[in-house]
Amino acid sequence: MTAYILRRLLGAIVVLLIVTLIVFFVMQLLPGDPLVIFLGQQAGSGSISQEQLEQLYIKYGLDKPLIVQYWNWISGVVQGNMGESIYYHDDVGGLLLQRFPITLDLGIKSFILYNILGMGLGMVAALRRGKWLDTFSTILSYIGVSVPVFWLGIVLIYIFGLKLDWFPIASYHLPWENFAANIHESVLPVVCLSLMGWAVIARQMRSSVLEVISQDYIRTAWSKGLTERAVVMKHMLKNSLIPVITLMGIGLGLMVGGQVVIEQVFAIPGIGRLLITSVFNQDYQVVQSTTLIIAFIVIVVNLIVDISYGWFDPRIRYE
Amino acid sequence: MAKQAIINEFREAPPRVSEWQRFFRVFFQRKIVLFGLIILALLVLTAIFAPLLAPFSPVTGDMAESLQQPSWKHWLGTDIQGRDSLSRLIYGSRTALAVGFGSVILAGVIGVGLGMLAGYAGGITNMVIMRIIDALMGFPMILLALVISAVLGSGLLNVVIALSVATLPGYARVMHGLTLTIRENDYVLAERAMGASNVRVMFMHILPNSLPSMIVLITIQLGALILAEATLSFLGVGIQPPDAAWGAMVADGRRYLLTHPWLSISPGIAIMLVVFAFNLVGDGLRDALDPRLRGIL
Repeated sequence: MTAYILRRLLGAIVVLLIVTLIVFFVMQLLPGDPLVIFLGQQAGSGSISQEQLEQLYIKYGLDKPLIVQYWNWISGVVQGNMGESIYYHDDVGGLLLQRFPITLDLGIKSFILYNILGMGLGMVAALRRGKWLDTFSTILSYIGVSVPVFWLGIVLIYIFGLKLDWFPIASYHLPWENFAANIHESVLPVVCLSLMGWAVIARQMRSSVLEVISQDYIRTAWSKGLTERAVVMKHMLKNSLIPVITLMGIGLGLMVGGQVVIEQVFAIPGIGRLLITSVFNQDYQVVQSTTLIIAFIVIVVNLIVDISYGWFDPRIRYE
Repeated sequence: MAKQAIINEFREAPPRVSEWQRFFRVFFQRKIVLFGLIILALLVLTAIFAPLLAPFSPVTGDMAESLQQPSWKHWLGTDIQGRDSLSRLIYGSRTALAVGFGSVILAGVIGVGLGMLAGYAGGITNMVIMRIIDALMGFPMILLALVISAVLGSGLLNVVIALSVATLPGYARVMHGLTLTIRENDYVLAERAMGASNVRVMFMHILPNSLPSMIVLITIQLGALILAEATLSFLGVGIQPPDAAWGAMVADGRRYLLTHPWLSISPGIAIMLVVFAFNLVGDGLRDALDPRLRGIL
């Protein structure tokens, strides 16, 4: 197991390094003078003299070769120094730290919700194959992968926010500030965010349970006279979870992507909204760091999923 | 008598079923696949005949008719600039299909090429390519597309490039796996024993044998790409006005949600139907072409 974890860890570090290279490279694709872009309009309009501009070049290290620039950036990031936002005139690390709890709050709620609902529904659908719950699950899984998240958000706002007035729209409180309000406000965004993951997990869970159901050990369990509860919970659930676990990581990627969009739709001041605002403000220092942080989180979660996969299914370790 | 019938049955050769017959039987096993096919056919026809079908111009509106409710003249109403919403919806199908097919072709060619090369060459080539693919997969797809199109600027071609980069790791992964399996077949060994070049093996054996799986992947991807394009244009980084794009229509209609909900709701239904149809047809193709992919795609 230790060797397996080490191998995975090493792989993840290599991948993370390449991720930083990709982010750096993509930012180099920006057309025009990086300094003018990083400083925004004021540098381009001529209010800064040529001499000042050159000083700024040296200050930001833009006169150095690319490889040195990359090194400076990456060593800064590792030390928590991610540069300064030209729009907010604030430290990027601070901006991210401020918004991180909000994104995490919604993310964790959705993650828990779609995994529990997806596994539960997939399991019941497989056990009651062909019954109405199974049909419902199939329809839901198609809707879940077809519906545009941003549109679903708008429709929910229209029906439950504007027409029925059941849920507040465009407001957000942190859970430790006002817990009741936080739960109330989270309902619509969390439903939107979890739908796709819910659909994907339920679908996989269903086919996974159907596969396990016909195994010899399940027949043995039944013929031993175990209760349905024991067969389902002890024998079926554990074994059918294995393929579903890999999907947790993929689902997370989908959810994080959706979160960027949903924070925009519901005007929730999280990292996703910061990213979109910064794209439009051409605040590339923020875009660069935010992208890196999000990729970092997704990769780390996938690493944890991979390792737990090896723990649940020892065959994987020796591949 | 009955015994004789059974014996006769055994004497007869199994019924000959052509590949095509089998394909169609499995493909249409679920009636709903037909529904998906019809939607896709309608979509393609709409895109081709958009100028004939659209009752009004999609880009120039009549300011005097700004924000009309749905009526016989304007079935889905008009937007703030007085443009007919149905006409924009019809022209939006062109954007969706252009971006979908453009990205699938670009990402498919590069992704399949990289995956095949990595799987066939093995060793250090494999490691370098697959690590880069892993890293690209570390980004949520929509995030990568968003950042790339933000950097490249808006426009159809840039959206296609951004979405291609964001989706090509998927093709590379699947192709890599397929290449590793196909490579081990005896016919590949035989071909190589006869002195076939690597290029010949790759293009004459590995590529054709991976085609069924790739067709399934591409169909499902088309739906995902149309969804992603809509998301980008919703966020405002995709296709720029005045060109019609479904995602942008949802975003534009948002401001008038309380009074004119159809402006936002109708393009969303179009997106959902099309993506749904691609998923249905993709699933049908998967069952008919390559059932092994069940649970993977």
